[in-house]
Amino acid sequence: MIFSEWKPLDEIVRQLDGRKKVLLVGCATCVAECAAGGEREVETLAPLLSLAFREKGQPIEIVTCTLEKQCEWEFVEELSGKATGVDALLSLACGIGVQALAERFPELPTYPGVNTSALTIREEAGIWASRCAACGDCVLGETFGYCPMARCAKSLMNGPCGGTRENGKCEINETLDCVWNLIVERAELRGELESLGRVRGPKSWSNSRHGGPKRVIREDLRA
Amino acid sequence: MKTKVGSNLERVLAAGHFAVTAEVGPPRGPNPEAVLKKVKAVKGIADAYNVTDNQTAVVRMSSIAASRLLLESGLEPVMQMVCRDRNRIAMQSDLLGAWALGLRNCLCLSGDHQVAGAGGKLKGHPGAKNVYDVDSVQLLSILRGLRDEARQEGGDAIDCPAPFFIGAAWTPLGPPEKFRAVRLGKKVAAGADFVQTQAVFDIPRFTEAMRRVVDMGLTERVAILPGIILPRSAGMLRYMNASVPGVRVPEALIQRMSSASDPKEEGFKIAVELIHAVRQIPGVKGVHLQAIEAEHLLPQLAERAGLLPRP
Repeated sequence: MIFSEWKPLDEIVRQLDGRKKVLLVGCATCVAECAAGGEREVETLAPLLSLAFREKGQPIEIVTCTLEKQCEWEFVEELSGKATGVDALLSLACGIGVQALAERFPELPTYPGVNTSALTIREEAGIWASRCAACGDCVLGETFGYCPMARCAKSLMNGPCGGTRENGKCEINETLDCVWNLIVERAELRGELESLGRVRGPKSWSNSRHGGPKRVIREDLRA
Repeated sequence: MKTKVGSNLERVLAAGHFAVTAEVGPPRGPNPEAVLKKVKAVKGIADAYNVTDNQTAVVRMSSIAASRLLLESGLEPVMQMVCRDRNRIAMQSDLLGAWALGLRNCLCLSGDHQVAGAGGKLKGHPGAKNVYDVDSVQLLSILRGLRDEARQEGGDAIDCPAPFFIGAAWTPLGPPEKFRAVRLGKKVAAGADFVQTQAVFDIPRFTEAMRRVVDMGLTERVAILPGIILPRSAGMLRYMNASVPGVRVPEALIQRMSSASDPKEEGFKIAVELIHAVRQIPGVKGVHLQAIEAEHLLPQLAERAGLLPRP
């Protein structure tokens, strides 16, 4: 899932400074899964914001709504009634949702309420971890199902750097597994360690952001 | 070993001498005098001197510029290049420029991550964007292409080759230990001519690691120079054992330092013993000497270990 977290409350308050009526919009997909922008978080944040503005002596009206998917036009359209009479939108979706709102309601300022940072899996309750870097050139078939692009701090492609700790963790964070240590363990489990001995040449990053913003045209779907 | 580049380090190794390298870290400012002061402290004790590339992700005078200052002072530099800060375009451009300035040795490294950097003492730049367009193995192959094929990574020809004597690092005792020899093999396959290792204190385990790479035939193709750090206190050894990944310090050595009446003297004894011990290990072709933030002690170490005069 796309992983997001709330921005600090004072940053959100600063963005909304001077607004009288704000529509706070959640999204029931990824950001709900990572407990940042689903209905529960929308309904938790609304009173916190009201309180913060009351304490500033600038009472504000917060209207709430959580869409099924903030990145799909048909769901965004559901806001057309609710957006009337508000003077700003606050989105708890990832950047895709924020931009969808801004595009649909260009006359209204739209603010992000979350920071979006990674493509993650929920490892267990309350723990999310990177799994994909959207690099555009998947190597998982050669790395025993562990992604070194997303999970190695240096995106190393030919094995671990010298920073693997004694307990198999990464030198930059003692709670982070050295993904190359995991790759080697799984390769050994399968008796295929020697397959990791092949030098992997420089990668083409051109199918990721580095090749320019993505815009894909699938003619077969455009009939 | 046939020489490809003609650097002093390459010639010393090719002639079968036991090679010595040391390290000169560039200053955190622009003053060339700071480099020259270090140069004075270590002149004549090594065949080539590593010039670090923003080690611990702290901004310092560029490795290329400081390497050139060494060269002008009569020391042969080993310019270090890390993958953290530059993409393949900038790296190759810098390599061509470095060669034009007379630099002939280059050590390819992943580089310390900017988040783990600054050694806990300085702020560093933890908010910096890192690059890692290529990794250290791929950087080795880029250098080989510039030298052996006069070709850039993208395939374009260059008007004349840029031959460097190509170096790599090796952490023989880091986990996953079994893979470390395989990874060294990749570095050799990618183009490494010489290898400097993470500091060695555990002779039996390093001997075992060397046995593996000898069995793989790697030592026929690459000169391995184990890293030797001059210990100055038991605390320093304890710290390295606990906090520097890939460095194992046997408890007996720590005890020996902590019960020594003169730890500084004991440190010299230990370092000299380590040098003598690694020298006996098949496949070892030299040593890489370090005295963290005490380079002025290196001449005494080189002298006492019988490494002087240099060829």
